Formats: sequence, structure tokens, C-alpha cells
Amino acid sequence: MAQTQSIEHDLRNVSISNIYLGSGSTDESRHEVLTPSKIASQSAQIRLVSSHNEVYEPCDDSFALVDALLADRTNLIGLKPTFCLEIGCGSGYVITSLAIMLKSGIGGGGTQFFATDINTQAAETTTSTLQSHGVHADIIATDLASGLQKRMEGMVDVIVVNPPYVPTPEDEVGCDGITASWAGGLNGRSVIDRILPIAHKLLSDKGWLYMVTLTANNPMQICRVMSEYGYSCRIVVQRSTEEESLHVIKFWRDSSKGSAASTSNEGCSSSSWLSLLSFSSFWKNSSRH
Amino acid sequence: MRLLTHNMLSCNIKGVTNGYPLTIEASKWMAKEVDFNGDFLRNIFVKIEWKVLIEAAKVMGYTDLPVEVDSSMLNSDEFLQKFHHALLEIHVEEGALICPETGRKFPVHKGIPNMLLNEDEV
Ligand SMILES: C[S@@+](CC[C@H](N)C(=O)[O-])C[C@H]1O[C@@H](n2cnc3c(N)ncnc32)[C@H](O)[C@@H]1O
Repeated sequence: MAQTQSIEHDLRNVSISNIYLGSGSTDESRHEVLTPSKIASQSAQIRLVSSHNEVYEPCDDSFALVDALLADRTNLIGLKPTFCLEIGCGSGYVITSLAIMLKSGIGGGGTQFFATDINTQAAETTTSTLQSHGVHADIIATDLASGLQKRMEGMVDVIVVNPPYVPTPEDEVGCDGITASWAGGLNGRSVIDRILPIAHKLLSDKGWLYMVTLTANNPMQICRVMSEYGYSCRIVVQRSTEEESLHVIKFWRDSSKGSAASTSNEGCSSSSWLSLLSFSSFWKNSSRH
Repeated sequence: MRLLTHNMLSCNIKGVTNGYPLTIEASKWMAKEVDFNGDFLRNIFVKIEWKVLIEAAKVMGYTDLPVEVDSSMLNSDEFLQKFHHALLEIHVEEGALICPETGRKFPVHKGIPNMLLNEDEV
């Protein structure tokens, strides 16, 4: 514990954009300066996003995720993903935005997009949101990535998820309609905990996962799970409202980190980073937004 | 549903071991032009089950794909155009995907395959 605290102290003096967990990273953490007009042309337009009363409307969490992708757009373009996948696409706001921002950077047809949702209405709504923006993704009504997992193992370069993360009674998880968009079970972790091993299986060696989490989900513990699979992580966007604090966390494979076998050195840097998450006031003050 | 997706989908019912490829039954399909990207096609070629793509395209009456392929063909623009069309431009709008092992039908409605399972299949 004492050791952890001293590292926290050191890290608090480091500029926020340089904080990430792990070593020898392929993630170069470059950031673009985004003007409002640039954001508008690089993401889905709210007035063109379709809606349905049983489908989650773009909300703070959706915007945080798209902002995270925009902040990391240069890196994403540099990654040249072949396949991108969104799990739980809802209205389609996020996957449409990702398709728009990569199309302008990589060129049409260079990347193919997939999106899934357990709610068939959401799948249809996403189709029409994509259409009204003139971009394409293949939509599948399914549980997480069920049906794709076998063939697409190790093929997906970018996975984005804004999961149902609200702590609820377990029996609300995966219910029909809009309830499934927020109901996250115990600590809001039921769906998240099923996503982590699936994302690990689907991601290619150069693959990245972007996921929205709530403080109540214990993001530090999520990072620890992913660290055991061999991933490093950093917070790309942090948002706080009076009731909740959202983090968009990016995970990438760290080649220096053997799966399930992190050395004591990395274990140390991971615990320091993880405990940073609890400094919500620190993050609040340093937020780029 | 494009044939790219079909090429990636397997039956997800618990206990099924030969759930690939799913047989396509199509009552409505269409072709939509999309941006051609040779680099993408060259990248993806090794990941595509070629026989599955040929059979799927045939269901929609597209028979121009060569049966025998090898990576040298990726230098041919004519080949890439055909590959592009079959993989990315043909859409199954209405129909079903049938599991080769169990015969379970997964509906395709408004272009969206529905792989959701009943409780006794999970
Ligand atoms: C918080 S909403 C996010 C929607 C959209 N991505 C956005 O950011 O606005 C979560 C979405 O995940 C879907 N979902 C919940 N459980 C799922 C599961 N097991 N498999 C696939 N999608 C699921 C919900 O139907 C909902 O559309």
C-alpha cells in the first residue's frame, strides 16, 4: 500500500495525456485538436439519428464514447483497422460516427463495420441511422457477438462498447426492449464481465477495445481483469455529473505482457494506474473537455 | 445481410459442432454499389472461406466467381471486382439462414440476420 501511494504521488505530476498503463506500448497517444465544426463533420448528426421508443437514445455516455474515438482518431486511422465491431449499437449513433470518422481518414471501403444488439428494434434503428448518413455496417441481432465469435476470432481490430452498466437486480439484465440498454445487474457488471473474455477472443494482435464504464462498475477491477489477459489501458475520456462519473477506457494488447503472467514490475505500474482512477477529483480537474 | 457477414456467421446453439456454413434461403435480395478498395480485398482474402462465398453468391444468381483461386489472382483487377461484388455488394434482405447440423432457421428480416436463441438453446 505504501509503495502504491508513492507512485500515485509521482504520477499526479505527469501530464494527463501521458498517463497510461504498461510499457512498450503501440499506442502513441497522439491527440488532435478538435474544433466544433470538425466534430460535427466527423460524427453522426443527432437530427439524422433514428429513434424508437424501445431503443436507447444517444445520451452522455454515447457522446463520451464518440468523443473518445474522436480524440483518438489519428491513432485509429494509423491503425488501419480491417474490421470494427460495436457490441450493443442501440440507435446506431456510435458505429455511424466511427464509420464516418474512419471513412474520411482511411478512404471508403478500407474498413468494414459490424454491429450487434440483443434488441431487434435497435438493430433496425441502427440500419436506418447508418443509411441516413450514407455509411454502411453489417448489423446482426444477437447476444454480444454470438454467432460471429468462432469465425472472427483474432480478426477484429477495434471493438467499441457502451454496455448496460447501471447496477440493477439481476433479473432485469437482458430483458426485452429498452430495459436491456441499462440493466447491468450486480454492480452493473453482469454484461461487462461477459464482454471482457469475448473482446479478448475477438481482438487481433493489434486490436483495441474502447469501453464506457461507471465508477460503480469498479473500473480498476475491470482493468485488472484485462491486465491478466495481457492488456494495457488508459482513460481516454472522463465525465462527471452530480450523480455519476463515466470513464471511457481504451485497452490494447501489450506485447511485453504475457497473458495471465504480468511481471512484478508491470503489476506495480498497473496498481498505480488503477488507484489513480479513484482520484476522481484529480481527473475532473484535468479533463480535456 | 452481406455475404461477408454470412461468411463469418456460424450457428451458435449450445452443443452444435458443425454449425458452419449456414445455408442461405433468400426470398428477397438486392445489390448496392459500395466503394471499391483493393487493399481491403487483398487483406481479407485469406480470411474468407472461398467455397462458402461461391455457394452463397450462387443462391442470388451470381456465378462469376472462379472456383479455383490463389493469391496470385489478387493482382487481377477483374478478379478483385468480382470478389468485391460478391462479398460486399450483394445483400440478402428477406429469408433465413439454416444450421447444417440442426436445421434451425435463423430469420433474416429487413436485411438483419437474427441469431437470438431461445432459452433451451443457450
Ligand atoms: C447503453 S445502450 C448503448 C447504445 C448505443 N451504443 C449508444 O451508445 O447510444 C446499451 C445497448 O446494448 C444493448 N445490449 C444489452 N445487452 C446486450 C447483449 N447481451 N448483447 C447485445 N447487445 C446488448 C442494449 O439493447 C442497448 O442498445
